[in-house]
Amino acid sequence: MNEQQQTLWEFMRQQSDKLAAQTLQHIGLTFISLIIAVLVGLPLGIWISRKKQFAGTILGMAGVLQTIPSIALLGFMIPLLGIGARPAIVALLLYALLPIIRNTYTGITGVDAAVKESALAMGMSKWQILFKVELPLAMPVILAGIRTATVINVGVATLASYIAAGGLGEFIFGGISLNNTNMILAGAIPAALLAILFDFLLSRLQNLHLKKVRTATATLPALLILLASLYFIPSAYGGKLTAGFTPEFMGRRDGNLGLQSKYGLKIHTIVISDAVMYKAAYENQLDVISGYSTDGRLKAYNLVVLNDDKRIFPPYYAAPIIREDALKRFPELEKTLNLLAGKIDDSVMTDLNYRTDYLHQSPEKVAEYFLASRELLKPSRNGNAGIVRIGSKIFGEQYILASMYTLLIKGYTDYDVVTKTGLGGTKICFDALINDQIDLYPEYTGTGLLAILQPSSKIVDSLTKNKNETFDYVQREFEAKFNIKWLEPIGFNNAYALMMREKQARQLNVKTISDLKRYLESK
Amino acid sequence: MITVEQLSKYFGAVKAVNGISFEVKEHETLVLLGTSGCGKTTTLKMINRLIEPTCGTIQIDGKNIFCQSPEILRRSIGYVLQNNGLFPHYTVAENIAIVPQLLKWDSKKIERRIDELIEKLHLSPDQLKAYPNELSGGQQQRVGLARALVADPPVLLMDEPFGALDNITRSKIHAEFKALDELKRKTIIMVTHDVQEAFGLGDRICLMDKGKIVQIGTPADLLFKPANHFVKDFLKEQRLQLEFRAVLVKDIWTLLPHTKKDVDAASLSADSDIWTGMEKFKYHQTDRLNIAYEHETRSVEFKQLITAFYQYQSNRAHE
Ligand SMILES: Nc1ncnc2c1ncn2[C@@H]1O[C@H](COP(=O)(O)OP(=O)(O)O)[C@@H](O)[C@H]1O
Ligand SMILES: [Mg+2]
Repeated sequence: MNEQQQTLWEFMRQQSDKLAAQTLQHIGLTFISLIIAVLVGLPLGIWISRKKQFAGTILGMAGVLQTIPSIALLGFMIPLLGIGARPAIVALLLYALLPIIRNTYTGITGVDAAVKESALAMGMSKWQILFKVELPLAMPVILAGIRTATVINVGVATLASYIAAGGLGEFIFGGISLNNTNMILAGAIPAALLAILFDFLLSRLQNLHLKKVRTATATLPALLILLASLYFIPSAYGGKLTAGFTPEFMGRRDGNLGLQSKYGLKIHTIVISDAVMYKAAYENQLDVISGYSTDGRLKAYNLVVLNDDKRIFPPYYAAPIIREDALKRFPELEKTLNLLAGKIDDSVMTDLNYRTDYLHQSPEKVAEYFLASRELLKPSRNGNAGIVRIGSKIFGEQYILASMYTLLIKGYTDYDVVTKTGLGGTKICFDALINDQIDLYPEYTGTGLLAILQPSSKIVDSLTKNKNETFDYVQREFEAKFNIKWLEPIGFNNAYALMMREKQARQLNVKTISDLKRYLESK
Repeated sequence: MITVEQLSKYFGAVKAVNGISFEVKEHETLVLLGTSGCGKTTTLKMINRLIEPTCGTIQIDGKNIFCQSPEILRRSIGYVLQNNGLFPHYTVAENIAIVPQLLKWDSKKIERRIDELIEKLHLSPDQLKAYPNELSGGQQQRVGLARALVADPPVLLMDEPFGALDNITRSKIHAEFKALDELKRKTIIMVTHDVQEAFGLGDRICLMDKGKIVQIGTPADLLFKPANHFVKDFLKEQRLQLEFRAVLVKDIWTLLPHTKKDVDAASLSADSDIWTGMEKFKYHQTDRLNIAYEHETRSVEFKQLITAFYQYQSNRAHE
């Protein structure tokens, strides 16, 4: 426990720059959207308190906005407003609207009718009544609404990092994908503290005596604007190009940390979710992104992979891994599976992924199409000399590979095949293999090394420079530890990669990561 | 002077006020009396344009009130409501200063005026910094009155101003109200459903029913010359007490015996009502009171006073 706290503390100290920047961004996002929500919600609330016939509609609409899940709302914003602060602020603003409109309405309609009437009877104008009577008397209720909206915003603002708007979500979601508890806590604890702090401060304001509320309401706008402006401090620096990296990539040694230490790459970076990153690059909102080198979106969005000339990204060559006992039981199998060895390179795999992910062709059709084009497709022999069990992880590329192996086995041998596709991530798939639930599945050398074997960082560093060394190492170790054999690699390398728009890379003459660094450093 | 002619207000099918006309003379107090829902409040609120009439005219000092902006009009008409309508977020002083501030008085003048009113209305200066919810109901009502009087408007409209007070506080405020010199200079329209209050405070009473005026006249007119059964019935329960209040000593002067002035006795003003006279007998524990009227002073016993009153009453009834 003590050690845990110690390391969390250390992590926060180490990352204090980032932590400070994210906290400022977080506060800024929260309050920029809050100010706009107040500017929109307060007049709207006042208006519907005058025109009660519209109250139901307006409150209903604001209510519906609040029921949209935050991620979905952020998603809707991207086609309209792109990525970054703008869509995040709009999404937060939409969430904050309901409590502000509703409480303004309730507060104003709740002002004692006799007080309003006497104000009118003394000769006050409509506006004087609004500012001197209705708003001050409704202020505690309005403040309660602003308080609710603030707490909601602090929470939802953690999701802003999905669309590259920064904030403490960078640590939280980076930590989740890296399974790094300290990183999660370094984001979650400050976020929770911010919520508690603002809630407390606003509750104090709300409970001030009515008299003092008058001074408080005068200082509040200034304070809000000050807090809102915090957002701009961290992002004051810019750059020639903008990179968007996933939270996971940001925190990995074979990711952004490696780019900084081995290449010395300094680029204006924002954190963004994998789901929107490729599109953002396509739409010129990002120039450099981190991705997977055989992702179908590479082709869909016309992106090119920059050559990793210093080899910081470990190779992720795909190959079938298979139980030794299965090889003995099915003597024909190794030969058949190796029919695919070396047949699919990066660009071919990207194209196949593109067909399933973007053209929505079924993995079976894509597999059939590919085998036919290489004249490897044979009709099924409908054999019954035993059943081979093929597994796959839960994404398109694995489905395609599993389908190809199924077709090959049925066409070239007398074995039958069952597939167990969609076995979640690496751990589930590999456990199924170890526990004799399946006989084989396609795996990647980098995953075998980093996720399954997990050797010391020294060994990793020495191996990842060279594709063959990695393969030899995992093959040797799997054999010894698990009685599992790596067959020949299929050919493509689905590794981390930096990518740019094809056109921009050509114009800037950037082919490798070193080229990119040189370009960034040139005047 | 306030002149109301053929004034009506319909809320859809409800004829809240239905073609009423009346006049309130300068420095007179007119009480609008009637059961709840008969249109008193609606009538009152049309005079400071809180409600716009369906038809009819209202003039104050010969000027049509619909020809000026409602805000300007209202600043010259004091308004006191049952639930006082004090601003809960303003101190007593700030509440009283609202109209002067709208009229852009300088702060010295406002301060002086507030001090003056506070004294007249028996509020203590340390209450100026208090908030309305820290005051008793009676004190709140006094602040409400001060707020209406502060800019010395010639006209005062009061809607059940003492309705929320308990009986003891109410009769105390009634007494103060009658004694307040500021009010003697005002033209006042007061709404109430309390017959006693109407007779106690009104120079004239306008009895309303279902949006129309049933009778308008002095308290004595209503008591002794009721226009119809409705008026009679309306006053029936409190009739005797009302009559003691409505009849003045000078009204029964000719019916009193010609006894010479008694040097030891206390004196009673001829302008007092009979009720006050009876109270004075009890208060002074005396057999006789001296009454001076038109260069003559008579000494009267309690019994003689009552006898004269009943004689007056029966005379009126047979007129
Ligand atoms: N704003 C309104 N809308 C509809 N009806 C009203 C409104 N104000 C008053 N009324 C109706 O007009 C009638 C007279 O009301 P009001 O003048 O308040 O009576 P009072 O003051 O004598 O008790 C009542 O029947 C009341 O229901
Ligand atoms: Mg009323």
